[in-house]
Amino acid sequence: MAERATRSGRTAEPILWLLFSAGGVAAALFLPVLVFIFGLAMPLGWLAPGSDHLHGVLANPLTLLVLFGLCVLSLFHWAQRFRYTLIDGLKLKGYQRLINIGCYTVAVIGSSTVAVMLWQVR
Amino acid sequence: MTTGPGDFTERAGDQAYHVRPYRPPVNLLWWLRRRTYLFFVLRELSCLAVAWAVLFLMLLVRGVGEGGDAYAQYVAWARMPWVVVLNVVALAFLVLHAITWFNLTPAATVVRLRGQRVPPAVIAGSAYAGWVVVSALIAWVVLRQ
Repeated sequence: MAERATRSGRTAEPILWLLFSAGGVAAALFLPVLVFIFGLAMPLGWLAPGSDHLHGVLANPLTLLVLFGLCVLSLFHWAQRFRYTLIDGLKLKGYQRLINIGCYTVAVIGSSTVAVMLWQVR
Repeated sequence: MTTGPGDFTERAGDQAYHVRPYRPPVNLLWWLRRRTYLFFVLRELSCLAVAWAVLFLMLLVRGVGEGGDAYAQYVAWARMPWVVVLNVVALAFLVLHAITWFNLTPAATVVRLRGQRVPPAVIAGSAYAGWVVVSALIAWVVLRQ
């Protein structure tokens, strides 16, 4: 992708593809069960873990670390797929640069927000 | 002269010709024309479910982290019908993502063991086994009392 070439002549594309792949694996392994438990089973009353227990699990540094990695990789996975969905799906090749910058800006801001929110858990 | 993507220069003798290949216009709704196209677009759209899941998890983290009223507010919000419906749709897309991703794993990863190529079915099988193990582990961590 010549558009994303940096001043040194190299591009960020390989790193972005790596983040996309890692995020794809993380999202596939972790997200379905998490959305099932917290988005369906708990609101519908099928499962009822206590809030103290959940707080204990969440406050564990390992949980925070896993959640941070999962969320950051997932956001970069989203950015890669979403920019191509816009560019190819909606035929917006003319706006490619703007779309790329927009998607990765959201991913970076989102990752920072995730870091701050996890840091505040105690 | 304006140049577009896909243009190239053809040389014949001393002459150079600017060539712009004919590309038929593509309809904006090209992805509705075939089932495989539609499936491809649905798979790509699963990224929105991934982004939603991150947002949802962060709201959960805020509720659980702050506890008390914040947690009660989160629980009440998560029980709203539109949130539950959105999560059902998101879960369907996440499962679509997981299945298509694991099915593609053998194409993206070639593993050699003692000079022999590990069969694609074994690689895909391990991916699915990993999915089951991770899901069971998370369920156990969340639900053990």
